[in-house]
Amino acid sequence: MKRDRTLLVLISALVVLLAIGPILPQWAVSFVSVVLYLGIVVLGMALLMRTGLVSFGQGLYYCLGAYAAGATPELIELVDGFARGLSQPHWAPVRLVLNAFTGALKLVQTPFGPSDLLTMVMAGALLAVVVAAVLGLLLARYRGIFFAMLSLAFSMILYGLLVRTSELGSTDGFGLSVKSFAGIALSTHWARDAIYAFSAVTAFACAIALHRYLNSYRGRLASAIRDNELRVEYMGASVRSLIHLNYVISAALAGIGGALMAATIGHVDPETTANWTTSGDFVFITILSGTGNVAAPFLGAGIFEAVRTFALEYVPNTWQMTLGITMLLVIMFLPDGLWSMFVRRRRSA
Amino acid sequence: MTAVLEARDLNKSFGAVTAAAQINVQIEQDSVVGLIGSNGAGKTTFINLVTGYLTPTSGRVLYLGREITGLNPRRITQLGICRSFQIPQLFNSLSVSENLAVGVGIAARSTRRDASDGGQPAQVEQLIERFNLRGYAGQLAGQLPEGVRKLLDIAMAVAGRPKVLLLDEPTSGVSAEEKFRLMDMVMGALTAEGVTVLFVEHDMEIVGRYTHRVLAFYEGRIIADGDPATVLNDGEVRRYVIGMQNQHKEAAGAAH
Repeated sequence: MKRDRTLLVLISALVVLLAIGPILPQWAVSFVSVVLYLGIVVLGMALLMRTGLVSFGQGLYYCLGAYAAGATPELIELVDGFARGLSQPHWAPVRLVLNAFTGALKLVQTPFGPSDLLTMVMAGALLAVVVAAVLGLLLARYRGIFFAMLSLAFSMILYGLLVRTSELGSTDGFGLSVKSFAGIALSTHWARDAIYAFSAVTAFACAIALHRYLNSYRGRLASAIRDNELRVEYMGASVRSLIHLNYVISAALAGIGGALMAATIGHVDPETTANWTTSGDFVFITILSGTGNVAAPFLGAGIFEAVRTFALEYVPNTWQMTLGITMLLVIMFLPDGLWSMFVRRRRSA
Repeated sequence: MTAVLEARDLNKSFGAVTAAAQINVQIEQDSVVGLIGSNGAGKTTFINLVTGYLTPTSGRVLYLGREITGLNPRRITQLGICRSFQIPQLFNSLSVSENLAVGVGIAARSTRRDASDGGQPAQVEQLIERFNLRGYAGQLAGQLPEGVRKLLDIAMAVAGRPKVLLLDEPTSGVSAEEKFRLMDMVMGALTAEGVTVLFVEHDMEIVGRYTHRVLAFYEGRIIADGDPATVLNDGEVRRYVIGMQNQHKEAAGAAH
């Protein structure tokens, strides 16, 4: 059997990250944490792009993940209150769904409590998956610019809602802190290390899971759908349900990334999560990375963060221009993304 | 014996245009049927009606005695009616064997026949062998010559393990010298699979050589139905379908 190089690369990366964690200076720990949670979101973007779709609203799920991480109890209260408002009998099915949803959130939060890192990430993923499962019913019917704009529209609706929700801090958002991991209480100092290590492990797990998915029957169908939907239908597979599935997976990844962001930064607000500029960053990193390999999003996120950090440091007034030039160079010289540098003469048969 | 495929009073109109009118036909198991007719006569419409791409205005389609009218192409494909396309519909960024693997994979999923049929890679290999695609297996479908694309398109339809296969102009875009080689290969592969075949064709030599039965279409109706020799010599068919070709021959004959 052929050895899986991607697996080896990812395992070595994880081992290195965990080993050097304790000796890294503070700024490097922050940098790597950012790269990890951005990379997880971009994994989902790459999956969508393989399916032939670009979402300009992935910030929606990033934001939901972040808010679920920081405000699960408030969220449960909001949704429960809303469900109670739907008292008429014909709303019973909707109420049932909402109750099932808050029930699941409560279940997630029960073992370790709301300020637990594990709870945060699970709640983030859960909220993203539920919302994506519903919105996917509509979005899976659209392609190209319509898909992109519709996903953008949904993220801006959430942005608008959050800005007006004073219970969740409105435009200021709110702060949060991680107090435990899987029930083990953490001091402020240890919390930082735990978040770093858990981010690394989660990123690794997400990358491996997506890698295996892409090599599975359904994963391979993604490229087939991008190439020719008509043929996929005429071979007997449902394009819409596969797009729906991939959309939900990408949302789950964005939710996990958002939750890790909230834990790492300790603060969430609508501007840096649901706003379209954040979704734009994800598109930027995805194009920068390329969809060739599950390691690519982390490489792309690393370059993106590095360019942004250094540009902000040295040319503070023109950092967007620096990013723009980077993008221009990548599109001109590496149209398949940074990852194409590592692919030599593939398919030269 | 019930027909494998049957159309009853099938009608389809697009506004004032009648694309299919009162089509009644029964296709027997294991037969090879040619569909002929000039452009716009309703051949492809017939295929689209049978495969569910179009819903008939009225009438029914039966497959093995079971009503399939109004089902979508995916469902009909899963039941065992597959088609190829006049313009090959391939996954251009995938290699030939990956294209076939997708087809074999979907078929295995949707029919759950996988366990009894041996491994999927073996089936892909078998298709590559049968359709003589060995030399192209690793190439991207988007970079293949047209004749090979046509072959791959048909091979992908066969990958669905069909009981009935509809080929829309299998030899269009294929050079004159290659046509017979292609048809020999396709028909050889299909006979081995035990498939009932319907194909649309403009080349009467091909129709005469490979079919057991010919349906001639004109303005949405079937104007002749029978064995190739009878249909190809039918007066109406010669006038409306083969028309120009024969006039040329007669003119050439008169000049001598």
